[in-house]
Amino acid sequence: MKNNFLSYTKKQCSDLIKNIYSNKVVLMFLILCIFGISTTGKPLTYTISEVFSRFSRNTFLVLALIIPVLAGLGLNFGIVVGAMAAQIAIFFVVYWGFTGVNGLILCVLLSTPIAILFGYLVGRLYNKTKGAEMITGMVLAYFAEGLYMFLFLFVLGGVIPIKSETLMIDGGVGVKNTIDLTGNLKYSLDNISMLVLGRTILIVYFVLVLANILIHKNKEARNSQISKLILLGVMFGITFIPYVSQFMGTDRLLLLDAVTITCVLAIIYGLVKLILIKLVKKEKDTDVNRYIAIILVAIIAYGLTYVPAIYAITLAVSLPVCTYATIILLCGFNRWLLSTKLGQDMRTVGQSRTVATSAGINVNKTRIIAMCLSTLLAAWGQIIYLQNLGTFSTYGAHSMVGQYAIAALLVGGASVQMANNKQAILGVILFHTLFVVAPFSASNLFGSSLIGEYFRVFICYGVIALALAMHAWKTVIKPAVAKGKSKK
Amino acid sequence: MDTKYVLRMDGISKEYYGTQVLKNINLSVAPGEIHALMGENGAGKSTLMNILFGMPVIHNTGGFDGTIEVDGVPVVIDSPHKAMELGIGMVHQEFMLLPGFTITENIKIGREISSPTFISRVFGKSLEKLDHKAMAKDAKKALDTIGLNIEEYTRVKGLPVGYMQFIEIAREIDKSGIKLLIFDEPTAVLTESEADRLLDTMKLLAKKGIAIIFITHRIDEVMAVTNSMTILRDGSFIDRVLTKDVNPVRIAEMMIGRKVEKLLDDTDDNRAISSDDIILDIKNLEVNMPGERVKGVDLAIRRGEVFGIGGLAGQGKIGIPNGIMGLYETTGSIIFEGDEINPKILGDALRKGIANVSEDRRGVGLLLNNSIEHNITFTAMQIQGKFLKNFGITRLYNKKQALKHAKSMIKTLDIRCTGPEQAVGRLSGGNQQKVCIARALTLTPKLLIVSEPTRGIDIGAKKLVIELLSKLNREQGLTIIMVSSELNELRSICDRIAIVAEGKIARILKPEDPDAEFGLAMSGVKQEVHKDE
Repeated sequence: MKNNFLSYTKKQCSDLIKNIYSNKVVLMFLILCIFGISTTGKPLTYTISEVFSRFSRNTFLVLALIIPVLAGLGLNFGIVVGAMAAQIAIFFVVYWGFTGVNGLILCVLLSTPIAILFGYLVGRLYNKTKGAEMITGMVLAYFAEGLYMFLFLFVLGGVIPIKSETLMIDGGVGVKNTIDLTGNLKYSLDNISMLVLGRTILIVYFVLVLANILIHKNKEARNSQISKLILLGVMFGITFIPYVSQFMGTDRLLLLDAVTITCVLAIIYGLVKLILIKLVKKEKDTDVNRYIAIILVAIIAYGLTYVPAIYAITLAVSLPVCTYATIILLCGFNRWLLSTKLGQDMRTVGQSRTVATSAGINVNKTRIIAMCLSTLLAAWGQIIYLQNLGTFSTYGAHSMVGQYAIAALLVGGASVQMANNKQAILGVILFHTLFVVAPFSASNLFGSSLIGEYFRVFICYGVIALALAMHAWKTVIKPAVAKGKSKK
Repeated sequence: MDTKYVLRMDGISKEYYGTQVLKNINLSVAPGEIHALMGENGAGKSTLMNILFGMPVIHNTGGFDGTIEVDGVPVVIDSPHKAMELGIGMVHQEFMLLPGFTITENIKIGREISSPTFISRVFGKSLEKLDHKAMAKDAKKALDTIGLNIEEYTRVKGLPVGYMQFIEIAREIDKSGIKLLIFDEPTAVLTESEADRLLDTMKLLAKKGIAIIFITHRIDEVMAVTNSMTILRDGSFIDRVLTKDVNPVRIAEMMIGRKVEKLLDDTDDNRAISSDDIILDIKNLEVNMPGERVKGVDLAIRRGEVFGIGGLAGQGKIGIPNGIMGLYETTGSIIFEGDEINPKILGDALRKGIANVSEDRRGVGLLLNNSIEHNITFTAMQIQGKFLKNFGITRLYNKKQALKHAKSMIKTLDIRCTGPEQAVGRLSGGNQQKVCIARALTLTPKLLIVSEPTRGIDIGAKKLVIELLSKLNREQGLTIIMVSSELNELRSICDRIAIVAEGKIARILKPEDPDAEFGLAMSGVKQEVHKDE
């Protein structure tokens, strides 16, 4: 048994190393990051807390890119259009004076139809320019910027009467350069407490289960659903225990607590699975190594928090729970979508349009749906981004959205044809670490902070070019290798 | 005949833009029968199958005449989807498989099994969850039926080509109610043992009552598995025969046939060709041209002869000229007039006096938007520095000289055009071909290679092109290598004809040799190769 587990661990570790090594882009940025962190001259706590806050801000936008990649649309530079949809919604919500959660919900509701409409139009355009979606997206972003400026500089105030001194340029035509979100939308998502979040999720799930029970005629299925209902009720009750409700009443979670909770949950999950497999079902051939590994990793992770340096970091960082929850939900959504018929259709279309057509899949429609989803998610992502940032630069907030998100995705090892949640998350961490440390490192090494700023811009575009080139080399070299093999 | 047929196609005719490609074709297949559909390239096999499959290309070009009956009921097949509903499946020549998907996913493509969830009930069927277990079970069943022992969750990427063919078959038989399965040259890409397995599988499927149409030009395979066959030639129906009533030689004769039209009138031939005076000596030539791979060819071309290279499409005959010119990755020794040509250096062959007329006239051969004059002078200008005025620091285009040359070429080759300024894209196919030849001649080559000189041009123009080549050979003593899929063409002009099969020279024949010899050589029937060496 022990031997087995050892070999399993060995295999997993060597797989990991091989994966990292075979993915040269990730490897390179990993090295760059480590080099950058070691030369910042800032405490590690600062870098890490900065990376965490940037992570919560940007990840949603990066995740919005995954669906179009899988549907064969490449890296969707068109998410800028989604960001614009969000900004239009935010402007009106701020103008109408909604604040806090209400304002946030209204933003989401308002931006949704706009984003879907934009996504549909972009999808139609992409269908006309098959094979050149990326460059179309880039040019489209510039074109959309023109329309956006027309709307904000002329139509608002010029055609649609807007009466607000804080929002409009003197004279009443055109929107000011920056809109301050403090006091209305700032932290409106980040500040939702865990208690509200937890209870909302439980209630939504409760309603879903209830609906499922009503739909299901099958008695057996019904019974299992009812036991779920009871469990949900108990969990809902737990949230009313004073200690729990006090703990969950806050909106930020200390990293230390987050790690502890995750570790405990992982250990419980692993143990339950192990017990189920070994004692209840008594399955011989199911692989238990996986669960043992989960438990071990969780214990080690927990143990690490007692190392003083790490302990200090975990105390310095606090996570906005709700924002992280939305990111996890979106990851779940991406995974779930791929397990549906629609997701399979998208993957098929992404691999070959000819094969998809011959299999009776409506290629154009599938691509438009993918674009609608991506644009919609980008709009929501931009709302999350801006509510966290707290200031809304009317004419600049959207301009780099596409480039940054795409660069982050590429750094994570994704390519024009392949992308997944893991790559997106890894990419965000690496890219933004570099983004945080680059100016400090540069000013440390060269004695000028200006160079650091240059370095940032250089990284962003350099990453895109480098990752695409590396990917291209790979695809060029591969067929040659394959040919060599077939000759033998 | 009283036999019940799964499929009957009666009196099928089809025109593409005024060219008759199918004339009154009949095809009928009984359940459980393996029926071969045979013919040379361009005999109309693919068009017939496109009609049967309801491909859009047929309906976009004005439909077809004739009737199709499935199980005795007249049907209208207007889309591939309709064909699938009627139980007609096709195993494609180029694989319709996704390398990134598992075998199961590939088999179930577009027909995934999904189970409803709460969300799909609200938002529609496309959000149903995939039932991977049920899909895997179906896939396993289909794979077992054809006797392919492979894990159904393996990715297609990296599988041997032979397996891919079987996965395609598994996909077709997984479709419910499959009655008729079309195999489009399935053995072309397989190794011998894989091909044997495939043929066994076909027999197995036929035993289950599925009718099979087997498109191929390998006569030995047809003899081994089929019950009956339909032979097409030049879009005409030749015969429907039972396999047991014929022999390979007879089939080859029916496929090739002696065509009545004569492309070249008899001319005085007072050339002296010696088998010792070799102008081009090729040894062990291997060309890595996708789709036309050459796998070791030895050829010796005699000075002053017209040497033909024939064979079916995809066998490698096109690869030979492309390899000599260095257009694809090439190995082997090419000695031209005692001088070694390095195929790795692009243009080396051109510089040493070999001119090439490409088989892809519109793609590679011509600059379609440029004038006749430019097209004729372009290569010579590039390679030999002709038509250039030297000004010491720079060289400029000598328009006067080029125009004069173009005009004389137009006159000698009889290119019908409004003048040397006309864009070649506007010319007819035959005249475009003449421009290509004019350009090759501008190089004043010692050896001219022409590939598919008559592809896509009408019969009158064909004759002119052939006559022109003959004239160049007879009067100017130019050595010509002519690569063509049209055997008739080769036989009317060439002194010797090499037939290429599977990337190698199957035989070198004389134009007077009987049809059957050519047919057998093309089909790669190997045992008779060395008969009269």
